Amino acid sequence: MGMYSDKVMDHFKNPHNVGEIKDADGIGEVGNPVCGDIMKIYIKVKDDKIIDCKFKTFGCGAAIATSSMITEMVKGKDIDEALKISNKAVAEALGGLPPIKMHCSNLAADGLSKAIEDYKQKSKIKK
Amino acid sequence: MKRIYMDHAATTPTDVEVVKTMEPYFSLKYGNPNSIHFFGQEARETVEEAREKIAHLIEANSSEIVFTAGGTEADNYAIKGIAWANQKKGNHIITSKIEHHAVLHSCQFLEKQGFKVTYLPVDKYGLIDPEDVKKAITDKTILVTIMHANNEIGTIEPIKEIGKVVKDAGVYFHTDSVQTAGHIPIDVNDLGVDMLSMSGHKFYGPNGVGALYLRKRTRIVNLIDGGSQEKNRRAGTENVVGIVGMGKAAELAKERLTQGKEKGIVKLRDKLIQGIMNKIENVRLNGHPTKRLPGNANFCFEFIEGESMLLSLDMEGVAASSGSACTSGSLTASHVLLAIGLPPEIAHGSLRLTLGKDNSEEEVDYMIGILPGIIKKLRALSPFKENWEGLK
Repeated sequence: MGMYSDKVMDHFKNPHNVGEIKDADGIGEVGNPVCGDIMKIYIKVKDDKIIDCKFKTFGCGAAIATSSMITEMVKGKDIDEALKISNKAVAEALGGLPPIKMHCSNLAADGLSKAIEDYKQKSKIKK
Repeated sequence: MKRIYMDHAATTPTDVEVVKTMEPYFSLKYGNPNSIHFFGQEARETVEEAREKIAHLIEANSSEIVFTAGGTEADNYAIKGIAWANQKKGNHIITSKIEHHAVLHSCQFLEKQGFKVTYLPVDKYGLIDPEDVKKAITDKTILVTIMHANNEIGTIEPIKEIGKVVKDAGVYFHTDSVQTAGHIPIDVNDLGVDMLSMSGHKFYGPNGVGALYLRKRTRIVNLIDGGSQEKNRRAGTENVVGIVGMGKAAELAKERLTQGKEKGIVKLRDKLIQGIMNKIENVRLNGHPTKRLPGNANFCFEFIEGESMLLSLDMEGVAASSGSACTSGSLTASHVLLAIGLPPEIAHGSLRLTLGKDNSEEEVDYMIGILPGIIKKLRALSPFKENWEGLK
């Protein structure tokens, strides 16, 4: 459509790691229906390393592409390292996003942080 | 790749015949219609001919047509002009919640100046009840402005019935006819309106030109001040090329309407609606099933968002539109879809397909063929399934 970078369109056309992880160690949900974007990020963690990450997203092209991008970025990363990924970094990895999308649809890193928080909470309870 | 245009409510292609009519007025007959010499007089004649054609399209008198730079200016002129000219009589304006922003934002601007505005609700089809208009009128009411048909959901409002109510009360009545002019028959006297806005590019004319029908003896002040063009009602050298084009477009539209050509578009529209409703689940039709613009089809597909649908359709060669936040240019879903009672998450999943005179049955079939796959693919990405399970 011209408003998005080729990389965004690639991820939109063929999103990576779509789905749910049934026995996820952490789940993060961000966004709200009023704005029209909701992301759900699932992670599987082993020895504080993210070994799998999947997503389900209700939202626009940018919301879908950023979700897809972050699942790629975090696989194999330590959770502390993964927590450092910012929404801005996700947008940069996609070759940038239109300015209006930077606020409303660029939430994947927040979703991931929430999933990691969820994992930390759950593992505390286990210990 | 196929290129299928189903966004005629946004703009229409300028008719080839219209372009041909406009061409001489760029570099050959370029006179200013206000000049005494023959260049000027040639242009003057053409402008007046165009005015006649536009008047004929809506069964008005040509002296009641004022050219503007488009539908938005016509709306601004009607609303602000009436409000400012009649503020000694009253300060109350009645409109609806589903108007185009050209009307809504004009009303909001006047509110800041101390005018009071009533925004009437609509029913689930987007219809305004004339009774509600009647009840809202007070002795302070100076203007009622209700759109002829809604640009998003296509619902055609009962303007004639509202017109009776408004006339009984002795109040000015304006209708934004941008979506209907040239698409359905219009008779300003039958509708009972004092003002009616039109836009050239919505009925196969050029961009940048519109008109306001202004009934004789309507008390209004100008929006644009300057020279004495348009009988002192709208200053600025006439957009001769645009006016010529809009006039030709009006003439062609009148011909099509006389031949009942819009019925063919209605047939295609109904095929499109039926095809999509039959093939896809969790979908609803927005707007009235029959009281709707010939080319308008508007749906909400649950569990997915509009922009992602538009991107997917664009990749398949179909140009469409949506009322989702992303496409409305704001952070909320379309005010029209919210006004007909849709929850935001459903309003975000809207898709507007607007057919024009050149869409073929083959194109409609193609659309019915590709859409189910697109919806299925996007739903596979969605965290929601039935009944918005898990929505906070």
